[in-house]
Amino acid sequence: MYKLDFGVVFERFPELLWGSLGTLYLAVTGMTLALVIGIAGVVLRQSRFAPARIFIKTFVELIRNTPFLVQIFFLFFALPFMGLRLSPTTTAIVALAINGGAYAIEIIRGGVESIPRGQKEAGTALGLSKAQVFRFIILKPALRTIYPALVSQFIMLTLTTSICSSISAMELTFAAQQIDADTFRSIEVYLTITGIYLLISWLVMAMFAAIGRLSFSYPTK
Amino acid sequence: MSSIGWPQVAFLLEGLKWTVLLTLISFVGGGVFGLVVALARTAEIKAFRVVTAAYIAVFQGTPLLMQLFVIYYGIGLLSVNVDPWLAVATAYTLHASAFLGEIWRGSIQALPRGQTEAALALGLHYVSRMKDIVLPQALKIATPATIGFLVQLLKGTSLASIVGFVELARAGNVISNQIFQPLPVYGLVGLLYFFMCWPLSIFGTRLEMRLVAGSR
Repeated sequence: MYKLDFGVVFERFPELLWGSLGTLYLAVTGMTLALVIGIAGVVLRQSRFAPARIFIKTFVELIRNTPFLVQIFFLFFALPFMGLRLSPTTTAIVALAINGGAYAIEIIRGGVESIPRGQKEAGTALGLSKAQVFRFIILKPALRTIYPALVSQFIMLTLTTSICSSISAMELTFAAQQIDADTFRSIEVYLTITGIYLLISWLVMAMFAAIGRLSFSYPTK
Repeated sequence: MSSIGWPQVAFLLEGLKWTVLLTLISFVGGGVFGLVVALARTAEIKAFRVVTAAYIAVFQGTPLLMQLFVIYYGIGLLSVNVDPWLAVATAYTLHASAFLGEIWRGSIQALPRGQTEAALALGLHYVSRMKDIVLPQALKIATPATIGFLVQLLKGTSLASIVGFVELARAGNVISNQIFQPLPVYGLVGLLYFFMCWPLSIFGTRLEMRLVAGSR
């Protein structure tokens, strides 16, 4: 009969802590860049320039219909080919930003399209510039509407960071695989890590709840 | 150095076959267990609701890769000679049951309460109430989300390659290491996934638009 022994796993506490910080770093930078790609993508998606619209549409469909694992491998080999030598961790951030960005474009577009035309026209009539209309009249209410969908997508992105271990990015799953290789305590290692991921996703959810309260708690009527 | 030829393509297609099989088995198995999860999650008995809520929270709050590792090594503890195919299929089935259970819980609760109340007033017992009144309507509004999850699951099976199961992504790894041409190989693998997922995604979006139009 196999006896569970978590002692050897907890001895490696410093590595687990560094791994968790690595995961949070990947998640937060990935989400931030994904939001930037998302907003820029929606602007291009709605532009009058047809090639830009087609490019964004193709990009979104390609990314959303292929596995992240294949995307990250492709990037891992494609970037050096294009003369960009990045560390595994930076490559992972680029992959997360591209993947999260494609989903963010679709989600934010839904919000932007839900803003009535009259609201935009009212903004223009008040003498706001085009950029001001987009920022205050379209984007902010749109983000407020789609905030829950965006948050659950970003929680998914946080969990997806574990796949970055496959190109040896510094994060929790990679730390776990090294501890597993040294101790052969696979089930104990992965049970512990699963618990840590659960805590991380709760932490990220709490963070988004706080951001939501701070940014969107204004009366609409 | 060589390029992608027929033997390589045949090997990829063999991997693709396992990707499709794994997806189908876990979707069907996950559908059956997911229905149980959804019914327990909306049951009158509180203990059922609490247990399934926790089950769903754990699967939605942890990476699929970790679920795969834990179940893979967990089954390994129970018996020495475990078929990796069985371990991987079990992991994806449980994963799918939690996500489908949550999708269907949402659609069961989205139905107007009057439906259940009318069924109760007609004296229908639980089985008939669910089978004839609630589930047909709930599953209909859940179809787009269910197809969305099927795409997610199909893409997710690529992670089975990390525990050594030879499916499409793993076949891509093997060939890429063999002919040292990662870009065309991963490009081709990506395209194969794309042409399986894209039609499903389009189908899901069309159904959703039709449902929205129908409810107006």
